Amino acid sequence: MATLRSRHVTVSEASRPVLPRHAKLRFDETRHRWVILAPERVLAPDDIAVEILQLCDGVRNVAAIIDSLAAKYVAVRELIGADVIAMLQDLADKGFLTEARENTA
Amino acid sequence: MSPILTDPPPLAADPSDGVAILEQRGSTAETFGIPLAVLAELTHRCPLQCPYCSNPLELERASSELTTAEWKKVLSELAEIGVLQIHFSGGEPTARKDLVELVQHASDVGLYSNLITSAVLLTRDRLAALAEAGLCHVQISFQGNEPVVADRVAGLKDAHRKKIEVAHWTRELDLPLTVNAVMHRQNLHQLGDIIEMAVELDADRLEVANVQYYGWALKNRAALMPTLQQIEDTTAIVEAAQKRLKGILAIDYVIPDYYALRPKKCMGGWGRQFFNISPTGKVLPCHAAETITGLDFESVRGNHSIAWIWQNSEAFNRYRGTGWMPEPCQSCDYKEIDFGGCRCQAFALTGDAGNTDPACALSPLHEQIFKLAETEASGDTSRFIYRNFSGGTPEPDDAQDA
Ligand code: SF4
Ligand code: SF4
Repeated sequence: MATLRSRHVTVSEASRPVLPRHAKLRFDETRHRWVILAPERVLAPDDIAVEILQLCDGVRNVAAIIDSLAAKYVAVRELIGADVIAMLQDLADKGFLTEARENTA
Repeated sequence: MSPILTDPPPLAADPSDGVAILEQRGSTAETFGIPLAVLAELTHRCPLQCPYCSNPLELERASSELTTAEWKKVLSELAEIGVLQIHFSGGEPTARKDLVELVQHASDVGLYSNLITSAVLLTRDRLAALAEAGLCHVQISFQGNEPVVADRVAGLKDAHRKKIEVAHWTRELDLPLTVNAVMHRQNLHQLGDIIEMAVELDADRLEVANVQYYGWALKNRAALMPTLQQIEDTTAIVEAAQKRLKGILAIDYVIPDYYALRPKKCMGGWGRQFFNISPTGKVLPCHAAETITGLDFESVRGNHSIAWIWQNSEAFNRYRGTGWMPEPCQSCDYKEIDFGGCRCQAFALTGDAGNTDPACALSPLHEQIFKLAETEASGDTSRFIYRNFSGGTPEPDDAQDA
């Protein structure tokens, strides 16, 4: 049984974050907003967090995520990079993001 | 059944949670937004006989349970009115032959599904089928950290070994695991080892829940009530472990309120953010609500929609908000913080669900309840009355020395 995903991650530009199986990003039609569903919890991330989370597909790395946000918002990469990483780290610490890993086992 | 759900709101009231934000947005049931999570008690059948089981003393028979088609209709309706999470519970939910089909249906209608199980009936294939059907999370109850105490409390031989096995399968299948441990006087000495066990099982979360005293637990209170010293030790053990295991194991701790000064905010307030559906389809404000006699609960088999029942039924409105409160609650600053405590406990201890929960130091009965707890905790009753369909069976004489 190879562990493909580690639960406790340190986010860097090289990480390829992905939502763990127990956390689901969904649009709540009733309340008209995005939510993260997790065991015994529901989170209501803000719009920018949602946009970033949608890019966390386990394939793109953080550097690529920052590039695409910088391009979209015509922002200076260096300025938003640290914020994106801080936000991802916060979600990872709460258990809502994990890291996709090469299965080298 | 998970006794933790008797107690805090099923969704933790942490400021980073979406509950408060989402509650402000309208939903089908406008005044009291439809809950984000609902507990589906699929059956009261269970191979275990836990003496603290939170099911009612009068268990529902298999023949009166909702059918597969009825449950599917319920799940669709819940998703439609804005419920996001479904907890499949019981009794033992895996005793239902159609569980995989129901989990699949929950996934199809977009519900996040959680299985609350005693695990002993699961095979690896069945668990794999549940994962395949989209199950999002598994919660397994443990009665101790080793078979002697655990199997005695469960009233079932070989239960503990089986649970360990299923917990391993759960992680092998990459399903997140919560270990639920219900604590009382006769197993609190194992708490430290239970925490280690949860780490070894690679659980994501551990719920340490003290027994709540209504239903079967009330019948067994003298055998279960912890001592004040035990509670103090427990709190210290949990707090140290929470610190030490940060990032490895999340530990949720439900403090018993017999020894507290203020009661728990039971269910987040009656009819505020939670309901459950009983095996026969009754819509209940809390899974112990049927212990309160004199309240009529509407069923999904009746003429009303679930949203209507939530919003308009007499049982939900009776103790909703703060208007129903007597003194000392009515003029108390805490009335919107704890909503007067637990209605089931008020009923069990005072005979009137509309009284202040005696767990509150301001209740005229508090002193008496506290003394009773102390007396029972230091008494020598250790014999359990096991939960079953025939009203309970006392443990045999020679079995109590475990
Ligand atoms: S007997 Fe035990 S395992 Fe079965 S439903 Fe009750 S508490 Fe849960
Ligand atoms: S008097 Fe009522 S509202 Fe005030 S703390 Fe006690 S239970 Fe809560």
